[in-house]
Amino acid sequence: MTRSAVLVRDVHKSFGDVEVLKGIDLAVPQGSTTCLLGPSGSGKSTLLRCMAFLEETTSGTIEINGQPLGFAETGDGRRTRLPAGDIRKVRSRIGMVFQQFNLWPHMTALGNVTEALVTVRGMKRKEANAKGEAQLARVGLGDRGHHYPSELSGGQQQRVAIARALALEPDILLFDEPTSSLDPELTGEVLNVMRELAGGGMTMVVVTHEIGFAASVGDKIVFLDQGKLLLDGPPSEIFGAPRHPRLQQFLETYLDRGAATLV
Amino acid sequence: MSMRLFELMLWAAGNTILLSAISILIGFVIGLMVCAAKVSANPFLRIPGTLYVSLFRGVPLLVQLLLIYNLLPAVGIMVPSVVAAVIGLSLCTAAYQAENLRGGFQSVPRGLLEAADMVGMSPWKQLVRIRAPIAFRLTLPALVNEAILILKASSLVSVVGVIELTRMAQNLSASSFRPLLFYSVAGAMYLVICWAVAGGGSIAERMLRTGSRA
Repeated sequence: MTRSAVLVRDVHKSFGDVEVLKGIDLAVPQGSTTCLLGPSGSGKSTLLRCMAFLEETTSGTIEINGQPLGFAETGDGRRTRLPAGDIRKVRSRIGMVFQQFNLWPHMTALGNVTEALVTVRGMKRKEANAKGEAQLARVGLGDRGHHYPSELSGGQQQRVAIARALALEPDILLFDEPTSSLDPELTGEVLNVMRELAGGGMTMVVVTHEIGFAASVGDKIVFLDQGKLLLDGPPSEIFGAPRHPRLQQFLETYLDRGAATLV
Repeated sequence: MSMRLFELMLWAAGNTILLSAISILIGFVIGLMVCAAKVSANPFLRIPGTLYVSLFRGVPLLVQLLLIYNLLPAVGIMVPSVVAAVIGLSLCTAAYQAENLRGGFQSVPRGLLEAADMVGMSPWKQLVRIRAPIAFRLTLPALVNEAILILKASSLVSVVGVIELTRMAQNLSASSFRPLLFYSVAGAMYLVICWAVAGGGSIAERMLRTGSRA
């Protein structure tokens, strides 16, 4: 069996008194697309953010390519926080695409894509620009490198954000509701890029409400409800009959999101 | 007004500009440090930072100037009055600039820093490449406002004997018995300088605007 790209073991996460994740176990196979579905407040975005160490788990462990992320077990059942350098090293294997794009507004599209290549990876400006332009071309924005984010549509901004993540050649790409901030007619261009990435063998974990995308592109569907992992399996199994009543109820609220064919 | 007197007024206006510009620059540097202290998690930095702001914002600038002007010689530090004036103006504007900067830094959306985290930027690189440039853009209108306030407030340093625009107008009024003329010219000169600063600020904002809309 190949090593999991992401391995989540008994992860709990609380915000104050509210427990958002209640013991999640999940393995993300290399080269697969895993889609996290669930109603609002189910903990899917929190789980994804824990995989990126943007949120620190309350207990449990997360491994990226077999390396512990953020915390290491000390052997006596306790855990210790790893140094910032170690966290950055493990995290460098992960790329993240946010719901709000989070492009740096004072830099052009090309500047956003090349920034870390130059300031973090120490690449020469010329070399970084060539690489950045290639990544922008890959997401269909080869002619938009010198535009500022405010001069681009939402769909274009999100594709720049994907190019920014891809430029660092991550092993795993995490998407946090990448199309939720977009007008319906702009979601297609982003989903197409993601479809191509999935086809190219990129390991992806996608929090999404695009049920149609999850069903057609996902290798694995994970359904969360109230902080617990309710279902975990291939789309044919999860969406096929007999369907879990909670999933059925959830899908019925998403008739207009491409789930019509499934309900 | 003779050419000679007009030139004297222009020279004094130059002093006003120089005095204000130096004070704003020094105030910006002190303001950055006070801002960093105020947002620090360390109470030994945060408390002095907070005290500094409340002290220098809470006491009128005129009183601060007179205090500094009289305090320095009292503790054995002999400085020209212009230096005392710059110290007074800088310390005062630093308190306001610290608050403007704090507002700017705290308004940088968290998601932009998370994106920087995800591409592996160290906290220092995030500060230099992401936080500071965005905070500066957000702070610029307030900074221009502060520059205009200090330009006008610099007229107060006339009380400690610094010859700037207001003091020159006072002196020439007293010797010529034409206060209306000299105060009108001084007022017009302040207006022109403030227009220039506001205009410069607008141009700078426009140049940076492309990047300022998130």
